[in-house]
Amino acid sequence: MQKDSNENPELKKTNLWNDANFRAMLFQVVAILAVFGFIGYIVNNALTNMEQRGIVTGFGFLTDQAGFGIVQTLIEYTETDSYGRTFIVGLLNTVLVSFLGIILATLLGFLIGVGRLSSNWLISKLSSLYIEIFRNIPLLLQIFFWYFAVLRALPPPKQSFDLGAGAFLNIRGFFLPKPIFEDGFSWVIGAIILAIAAVIYLVKSNKRRQLDTGIYKPVLLPSLAILFIIPALVFFVVGQPLSWDYPALRGFNFQGGLSIIPELMALLVALTIYTAAFIAEVVRSGIEAVSDGQSEAADALGLSNGQRLRLIVIPQALRVIIPPLTNQYLNLTKNSSLATAIGYPDLVSVFSGTTLNQTGQAIEIIFMTMGVYLTLSLLTSSLMNWYNRRVALVER
Amino acid sequence: MGKVHVPKPSLPPPSNSIGAIAWAKKHLFSTPLNSVLTIIGMYLVVTMGYWTINWAFINADWVGDSREACTSSGACWVFVSARFNQFIYGFYPESEIWRVNLMFAIFTVLLLALVIEKTPKKPWIAAFTLVVFPIIAFFLLYGDAFGLERVETHKWGGLMLTLVLAVVGIVASLPIGVLLALGRRSNMPIIKNLCVVYIEFWRGVPLITVLFMASVMLPLFMHAGAETDKLIRAMIGIVLFQAAYMAEVVRGGLQAIPKGQFEAADALGLNYPKTMGLIILPQALKLMTPGIVNTFIALFKDTSLVLIIGLFDLLAIVQSALADPKWLGYSVEGYVFVAFMFWIFCFGMSKYSQHLEKKLNTGHR
Amino acid sequence: MTRNKSLVSAAIVSLAIGSTAAQADTLENVTKKGYVQCGVSTGLPGFSNPDEKGNWTGIDVDVCRGVAAAVLGDASKVKYIPLNAKERFTALQSGEIDLLSRNTTWTLSRDASLGMNFSGVTYYDGQGFLINKGLGVKSATELDGASICIQAGTTTELNVSDYFRLKGMKFEPIVFDTSDQTVKGFEAGRCDVLTSDQSQLYALRIKLAEPEKAMVLPEVISKEPLGPSVRQGDDKWFSIVKWTLFAMINAEELGVSSANVDKMKTSDNPSIKRLLGTEGGLGANLGVSDDWAYKIVKQVGNYGEVFDRNVGENSPLKISRGLNALWSDGGLMYAPPAR
Repeated sequence: MQKDSNENPELKKTNLWNDANFRAMLFQVVAILAVFGFIGYIVNNALTNMEQRGIVTGFGFLTDQAGFGIVQTLIEYTETDSYGRTFIVGLLNTVLVSFLGIILATLLGFLIGVGRLSSNWLISKLSSLYIEIFRNIPLLLQIFFWYFAVLRALPPPKQSFDLGAGAFLNIRGFFLPKPIFEDGFSWVIGAIILAIAAVIYLVKSNKRRQLDTGIYKPVLLPSLAILFIIPALVFFVVGQPLSWDYPALRGFNFQGGLSIIPELMALLVALTIYTAAFIAEVVRSGIEAVSDGQSEAADALGLSNGQRLRLIVIPQALRVIIPPLTNQYLNLTKNSSLATAIGYPDLVSVFSGTTLNQTGQAIEIIFMTMGVYLTLSLLTSSLMNWYNRRVALVER
Repeated sequence: MGKVHVPKPSLPPPSNSIGAIAWAKKHLFSTPLNSVLTIIGMYLVVTMGYWTINWAFINADWVGDSREACTSSGACWVFVSARFNQFIYGFYPESEIWRVNLMFAIFTVLLLALVIEKTPKKPWIAAFTLVVFPIIAFFLLYGDAFGLERVETHKWGGLMLTLVLAVVGIVASLPIGVLLALGRRSNMPIIKNLCVVYIEFWRGVPLITVLFMASVMLPLFMHAGAETDKLIRAMIGIVLFQAAYMAEVVRGGLQAIPKGQFEAADALGLNYPKTMGLIILPQALKLMTPGIVNTFIALFKDTSLVLIIGLFDLLAIVQSALADPKWLGYSVEGYVFVAFMFWIFCFGMSKYSQHLEKKLNTGHR
Repeated sequence: MTRNKSLVSAAIVSLAIGSTAAQADTLENVTKKGYVQCGVSTGLPGFSNPDEKGNWTGIDVDVCRGVAAAVLGDASKVKYIPLNAKERFTALQSGEIDLLSRNTTWTLSRDASLGMNFSGVTYYDGQGFLINKGLGVKSATELDGASICIQAGTTTELNVSDYFRLKGMKFEPIVFDTSDQTVKGFEAGRCDVLTSDQSQLYALRIKLAEPEKAMVLPEVISKEPLGPSVRQGDDKWFSIVKWTLFAMINAEELGVSSANVDKMKTSDNPSIKRLLGTEGGLGANLGVSDDWAYKIVKQVGNYGEVFDRNVGENSPLKISRGLNALWSDGGLMYAPPAR
């Protein structure tokens, strides 16, 4: 059809509407106009509305003094710092809870996912019970449950649970001794790096030998030995450059040491338990996706159980697991914004909460917040895409 | 006559390879590690099960209308039963509750008709559910027509509001999702990119920021004087957000349609709308049903976030009841009740979606 | 191409139409809608609190009802929008509500950069601390190192920071979204101290399971004039809200109450006559009916009645008038004359 209209100039005019290219053009122009028109309309409305009502706009507020306190800050922060700094503080708190949540949820999720496939009937049923319960209850409810029902049952500071080794648990949080690194600890760090390098070398040379000669020597025990002994030796040689800051009950609460606030605990527990249920399903389906023939072939080659898992099943399962796992990580990061419901000072709570309220600049602040999550998720997915390409099956 | 050889009946298998013992041996105690795990698991099941049953049933109080009725050591379900109506209907006027019930009844009948496999004229019922039913439901709930008294949306709450939000979210986002998915697969670069940007934007941000935007910023974006209800704005936010997820489900469905179908449609000389409307979408929609049900489950759980913008859904209304000085200290009961309600819905739907998946799988492979 | 061109121009035209945003006229809007949309708190006894049936009561609620009575002649024509501290300003800016009456402190920055106009003070308040008697603390100066429960997005969040910085003390802020959650946090022992406006502390205290175990410390660390506010750029509406409150105060000063207002209509006192609209025709200039103040007092009551009913003698809170007495009784309540 398209060819016809091109060849016959007389038809061209009358059948313009039938020209696929022209139609495509037209649609796109209309779409662009509609979208930009709509955006223009919105921006225009917002600007007129704000001007009419005397609302201040712009990002100047970021340098103004904030004047409010934040309960948990990873960087130095005082009330006299700027609103811009509250943004960073909130962002870091979000990153912290997401990072810890991802690690814990992955561990628990793999455990449950493998348990789901266990030959042990009871374990498999318990795992699927776990998955079915926690997957089907809203996360916000779980957060409330842990925070308002469970953690509220902890004792006040004066009757704290003494967990031994200087650790205490009470309604104000979980208090741990904090390591203080003294001069000379850099030697120990150096030794750890050295030990890691040595282990990598050991594993690599072992692999080369195996490829060359076929002789396989176990490397796990020697590696562990290197990892522990070298840093430990250095640690004692330079005179134990490490001391502990123990939390102590002073005044209203424990002071000093490392404290984990209950808001963080509740959020972390809820995020971990909820996301682990999803990760378990991802893991299960990933492992099930590796065909039985692969395991049978591994058995036929005489590989041991561990080798079969490590060399045959897991690498293939990972290929299936990675993309949905990425999605779960992103979900966890986004879900961490529910922190605002229990007062954990994450980005949404501090910046789109308190800062927004003190400055009243909703549009700027909401868009900055959305921008952060958008960037985080685009970053993660591009990282995972890169990894995915690396492990993808090379078809020959 | 030779002697006929009559074989003796075979011996029964050894007693340790049949029956419960053999089963247990194979499934619970096959290796030492498994035995240890089984014992730990059994211990957990027995202690926790015992405690739970004791707390929730045996030692629980069920009847009464104030906290004085709760005398035993277990759960105080009186808290839930005393406020049950509020948890289900919110602040909906008592004399008008029959309207909500009628709406639920119609919805249940329609759903049953759709779920049961042998119902005749399913497509028509589906169309009715998606197009006509929302209108009926709106007039039933909101009123202000046909002699029904108007019930302002700020009186809506509880389970009813949760269901309304979830159903509206899914029904309204489906057509937008289909358009977005078609756009994303389109050959026109600008359309395609616009759709990709839309989808990735909404999928990249948390629902809570979307709700916040919808709740407090949407009116700034609109014409001065244009007024919308808080509930409507929350719905707009949810639909915009959900459409992006729906688009990805639809895209999955479209991708599952073999290329031959497109080519066959081209060969028949069908144009794009006809190809999509008559050949591709009917098949794809069938394939998508499990995916749609799954996003519905996710949305159903996510509706609980509206409590952060001050709407009283099931979770929010229970949460606020917990602050009542007359009922302090029964938060566990409240949360367990909400969890149970959500769980019933979500679990039921996920089972249905798994069943569908199985059915569709056999048909296609 | 011509087709394209006409499309482009059509789009531009539609854009242009869209951009001519109408000047906001809240009074006209409200009369057309038939009700006042009033932003209130999500639940604070004495100020704005829903009962089990969803009926609202409180001082802030009575301001809304007063405005509805003045503008629409019916105090019940109010749609209450419960807002938490965080969303209240955006709700007002964005036009979701016509009037914010939600125990909100009048400050310079709120006047200057939030696009709002405070139309008066309904309650002179100050920030204080609620504390468990068991801790044995007698003064706020002993609070070094305490955990403090605060409601998010309030001036109290800033005041408490200032106070502790000034005294060289440290504290741990535990910030919650709603006052309900703040109370729950305090009650469970998550924090040692709950800080808020003093009136709120009394209100929150009766929400505790055992109110007698908690006490309010004597220190008042800030000035908190609470009042209703409206959007900037609509002076007519601003005046109506402002004068609704003034009418209530003037009525108390002149001895006009909901009980005797009908009789007072025939009073010889010219001030009362002007206020109740039997003389002077002042309402018309304001944009409401002449007997607007009569309707307010008749349906809602004068300031004294509103105070007593919601937070004062006749309420569970039993707060004394203090700063909120009339100027003639040594308080700060003073309204310009209606003339």
